Amino acid sequence: MHLHKYEKIWMTFGIAALVVFLSIVGVSAFSHEQHTPAGGIETIDPEKVKETAPFNEPGVKQLDEDTYQATIVAMAFAYEAPELKVPVGKEVIFKLTSTDVVHSFTIDNTNVNMMVVPGQVTTKSYTFKEPGKYLILCNEYCGTGHHYMFAEIEVTEE
Amino acid sequence: MIAAADRKLALWNIGVAYVAFLIGTLAGLLQVFIRNDKLVLPAWLDYYQILTAHGVLLALIFTTFFIFAFFITGMSKSLGAFGPKVLLWNWIGFVVMLAGTVLATVMIVSGKASVLYTFYAPLMASGWYYVGLALFVVGSWIMSFALVGHYMKWRKANPGELSPLFAFMTVSTIILWIIACLGVVATVLFQYIPWAFGWVDTINVELSRSLFWYFGHPLVYFWLLPAYMAWYVVVPKIIGVPVFSDALARLAFILFILFSIPVGFHHQLMEPGISNFWKFFQVVLTFMVIIPSLMTAFSMFANFERAGRKNGGKGLFGWFTKLPWKDVRFTSLFIAMAFFIPGGAGGIINASFQLNEIVHNTLWIVGHFHITVGTPVAMTFMGLTFWIIPYLTGRKFSKTMQKLAFIQIGTWTVGMILMSTAQHILGLLGAPRRTAFSNYNNHPSALEWFDGILTNHVTMAVGGSILFLSAMLLLYIVIMSAFISPKAVEAHEFVEFPLAESDKQATPKIFEDWKVWIGIAFALILVAYAVPIIQMIQDAPPGSKGFITW
Repeated sequence: MHLHKYEKIWMTFGIAALVVFLSIVGVSAFSHEQHTPAGGIETIDPEKVKETAPFNEPGVKQLDEDTYQATIVAMAFAYEAPELKVPVGKEVIFKLTSTDVVHSFTIDNTNVNMMVVPGQVTTKSYTFKEPGKYLILCNEYCGTGHHYMFAEIEVTEE
Repeated sequence: MIAAADRKLALWNIGVAYVAFLIGTLAGLLQVFIRNDKLVLPAWLDYYQILTAHGVLLALIFTTFFIFAFFITGMSKSLGAFGPKVLLWNWIGFVVMLAGTVLATVMIVSGKASVLYTFYAPLMASGWYYVGLALFVVGSWIMSFALVGHYMKWRKANPGELSPLFAFMTVSTIILWIIACLGVVATVLFQYIPWAFGWVDTINVELSRSLFWYFGHPLVYFWLLPAYMAWYVVVPKIIGVPVFSDALARLAFILFILFSIPVGFHHQLMEPGISNFWKFFQVVLTFMVIIPSLMTAFSMFANFERAGRKNGGKGLFGWFTKLPWKDVRFTSLFIAMAFFIPGGAGGIINASFQLNEIVHNTLWIVGHFHITVGTPVAMTFMGLTFWIIPYLTGRKFSKTMQKLAFIQIGTWTVGMILMSTAQHILGLLGAPRRTAFSNYNNHPSALEWFDGILTNHVTMAVGGSILFLSAMLLLYIVIMSAFISPKAVEAHEFVEFPLAESDKQATPKIFEDWKVWIGIAFALILVAYAVPIIQMIQDAPPGSKGFITW
């Protein structure tokens, strides 16, 4: 099997670029805990979401000085989360699950883009950089009312 | 010309493909107008029903039937006429596949299966929808095995010899398809069907999603590899050069078998139930397909340069102008390849682990697959259609037809650039995919999305409308070539199957030792999937019952 000289150069360049890409992605994801995508391997009984902590008390809770937890239940076609209000510049840990089908919890203009799967708890940590009112929407098809499934989160000045 | 019985088989496959194409593109046209609030559907028809039909009919039905038509024609041409058994089993497979398609389509149209093309549980369609999908896959397997049987017969008759490149690539694509389908067959047979018919109460959602994506990603390579076959063996013949390197072409296809399957988690990067380690591991494997992709790009441009220089092209880029641009068989495939450059680059972005959270389930993804399957694959199939139907029917492809074909690919190009650019930018801004019209109660950030020069409610609709006109023009060409154009009489009037010479002398024999490659493919699948799948089963939460939310 013969490899043309130019093809060797082309492939060497390509494979080197590949290694660089993957290293940047890997290092930036795992060197800061915050930069891994939404996920988690916690499970929950989808029939008993409302009796299971922390989803029995959805809403925003302060965990310590710099950390907040926002617990939200997704269902067709709404999010159960009374008063979503968090301060700017603090770490917010979003925790979601679904009582019925698959949804998403996506905050516009941020990196928060979480799939919400029944039976599983999705976690994502995010720190808002700007105060304001952010649109939350479901971007995973969930039924007739899918495009009416949205909410808002208010990020306040400290 | 190939044997009459083989031609009939291929033509029936093309016929079904284009009926699906007609309904699918019509659904696409309706979608762009619903999304810009210019069209309100009657109460008995729902946006998500149309969206399901669009996805299933174009991405699954049109592609698969067309691919088999191409395989049948090329296998008969390169290995000889089919024997009676091969023919019989091909027809059986065709009928089973068609029956499955009709069953699934009826379920979608009657509103019993608005679960979209990904049919994520616990949305629960009618059990018959899943039976339809299962029949479709089984039918495709029967046809696949019939073609493999034809190939084995050739191998036996020519011991120790490498098969012709077209046959090798067909068999590679079939191997990829069969291994890929194992995932969707497992989830449909053992999870969806028992659950949808009420034999079991609940379903393991995360497992069903993972099995679906084990199939879902190689599925895109099942569409793409036949297009690559056209680029590797048809294009060189049209431009007048032999295949650049037989060995590298075969190696590229082997690498696609190995690296397009153990990578499905890159469609599930934003979801729970899979640890970051396994997500990232499959991201790394995903990136390996860049290697055969770069090899393919090199071969293509090497062909172009050699052909251009042969035709008198001088200087560093002079060869580019000497390519046969007036031949629609070439220009269509060239445009298809050109679209794949941004398409492939977008794919690398999507698979880049945390970067995916910017684009996941936004309109960017919709833009992405319209410049991968929607143009590189679809336009390659169009470029093949122009000659393969006249080749099979023995009719002429007139100058007028060639002009219409140029208008057709031209309009498809313009429509797709408008629509997919708008979709890409809208997605980056945050606009979600798979949604009917919604302005989210006039939320300022939702209104902002549609405020740009390219990202307004008009661009996508204009693009979609141009695409639909282009699709109708293509159907006109299909009908003319199939039934109406005058029959070729003189030798020069017959349309040929352009199949390039490929020198296989320097090609290592091990490339066609399938045991080795299938073995490595399964080893990689085990490494990438065994542990996370076992975890999903062992640590499963109580299952979900079915929901019909449409």
